[in-house]
Amino acid sequence: MIVLLGKPLPVLMAQLLLGLVNGSFYALLSLGLAVIFGLLNVINFAHGALYMMGAMLAWIGAESLGLGYWPMLVLAPLAVGAFGMLFERLLLRRLYGLDHLYGLLLTFGATLLIQGLFRSFFGVSGQPYPVPELLRGSANLGFMVLPIYRAWVVGVSLLVCLLTWFVIERTSLGARLRAGTENAALTQAFGINVPLMITLTYGFGVALAALAGVLAAPVLQVQPLMGSDLIIVVFAVVVIGGMGSIAGAIFTGLMLGVVEGLTRVFYPQGSSTVVFVVMAIVLLVRPAGLFGREA
Amino acid sequence: MVSSPSPALLPALRIVLALALAAALPLAGAYPVFLMDVLCFALFAAAFNLLLGYTGLLSFGHAAFFGGAAYACGVALRDWGWPPEAGLAFGVACAAALGTLVGALGIRRKGIYFAMITLALAQMVYFVFLQAPFTHGEDGLQEIPRGRLFGLLSLANDLTLYYVVLAIVGAAWLFIGRIVDSPFGQVMLAIRDNEARAISLGYATDRGKLLAFVLSASLAGLAGALKTLVLGFASLSDAHWTMSGLVILMVLVGGVGTRLGPLVGALVVVGLEHKIGEIGAVLANFTGISWFSGLGEAVTMVTGLIFIVCVMAFRRGIVGECMDWWRRRRGGLAV
Repeated sequence: MIVLLGKPLPVLMAQLLLGLVNGSFYALLSLGLAVIFGLLNVINFAHGALYMMGAMLAWIGAESLGLGYWPMLVLAPLAVGAFGMLFERLLLRRLYGLDHLYGLLLTFGATLLIQGLFRSFFGVSGQPYPVPELLRGSANLGFMVLPIYRAWVVGVSLLVCLLTWFVIERTSLGARLRAGTENAALTQAFGINVPLMITLTYGFGVALAALAGVLAAPVLQVQPLMGSDLIIVVFAVVVIGGMGSIAGAIFTGLMLGVVEGLTRVFYPQGSSTVVFVVMAIVLLVRPAGLFGREA
Repeated sequence: MVSSPSPALLPALRIVLALALAAALPLAGAYPVFLMDVLCFALFAAAFNLLLGYTGLLSFGHAAFFGGAAYACGVALRDWGWPPEAGLAFGVACAAALGTLVGALGIRRKGIYFAMITLALAQMVYFVFLQAPFTHGEDGLQEIPRGRLFGLLSLANDLTLYYVVLAIVGAAWLFIGRIVDSPFGQVMLAIRDNEARAISLGYATDRGKLLAFVLSASLAGLAGALKTLVLGFASLSDAHWTMSGLVILMVLVGGVGTRLGPLVGALVVVGLEHKIGEIGAVLANFTGISWFSGLGEAVTMVTGLIFIVCVMAFRRGIVGECMDWWRRRRGGLAV
């Protein structure tokens, strides 16, 4: 068996892959946060709860509606996106003229409410969710055994992230979005329906979170509190990357997932705190974040 | 010649009245442990308000100081056998040290980033507490003795302890008022209202923010250490981010940047937590929906709902709305 840095290679590779899987979730979530923050100037605390909602919907679909993984992979993000747009229209919209902190507080309250509701109906015990038949099993690559589902999660997340990056940076729709981010009033004056754009952006951002949730359902335990600690790690990811760039959010998310995975191999006790330590170091060395612009 | 008391005496008179009222409450039948719980959280909320209301910094990590001091005080009292006054002081010292570290990192970014950084660092502290042996993990520190104050006064009696806690919280409350009224308090307000202008006027705003943060963290620590002394245990929930959310809610409900707001907010939120089970039972009886009877276990849901209502419709809080109403009634300009 090949040994690298005192650890057997398959162990190292397995943790690296697990790190990439977690990193994909971080990337999807921080991407959504960055897109929402860019246009709305709101940090969406409810992102973790909406991620959980995506996973729970997938589970509910399988349990009581007879809908499997594939339909829910599309339906759950759509449903959560619609819920998000409703939330934006009815509540969040009224706070735009105020201090940005009120947006954070509102979404924090929404987080507690959503988590509490799911908890009171479904309890706190984790629900197992089967890996879809098509993606079961694993491939032996010689130096490691690759579970197909995990490779699928990383692949899909990367694809969605790159597509989002392409739409925002390279299409005319994205150009309008960037114009709105830069100067909402001026963009509106050019005849672009900025309020509609804001609603759709919020819906899209939270749909990304729900997608991450459905992808996570077969890997992690599905339960109402699954997003509550995750969102704080994602906040740290966002602070490390800075919210100035889409590509930066994607890269930082993946990178920190890998860092976390490697820490789990070499110093397991530190795996839950390593992201925060990295954040502290980045704040000391480069306060604006790795890809951020000084505000 | 009989004259009304001079304006300078009025605040002092109010304080004496408030203390007398608080001292009489247990005699009127209020449960001392509940009152002490409210007082601890009122102090916690006042410490938080010092930062949010007067300096304009939203910290999402104050549970780390509250919970950290609770553990420090618990270890000192139980494992090292220290007297209560030393345990409290040790708790405050630990919170101050932690506050210096978190504050120094946090103030490198502004606004929403500051909130996220404090939240993340507090989560890190939480994970450390989760794994460190001295906190006893999920079980928490239990059966912490109250001891004898200065080696003389036994605190085993709830009523005795209530008066001691009242004296400490009262003194801390006056101290906070003194900070707000001091020249430094004016600097804090300047940072809150327009930091760029404060900088251009020559104030070292970073130093001001750090000092305000450390003061707030230390007072939050005093609240946490007192809570350990009162309830005899310290647990992980004291340091969890939901506790940071709870103290934000107290200040929001009471009124951000008002003197009395934290006390009112703590009374409402702690009272609600104690009574939520009964309220749920009444609602279940009244509406016939049995789901309400589980409301006691779903405190977070109710907390979330109050949060949303406060942010949407009630941003001045109870005290803020009352003051506004009073001003309008007297024909003054509503601000």
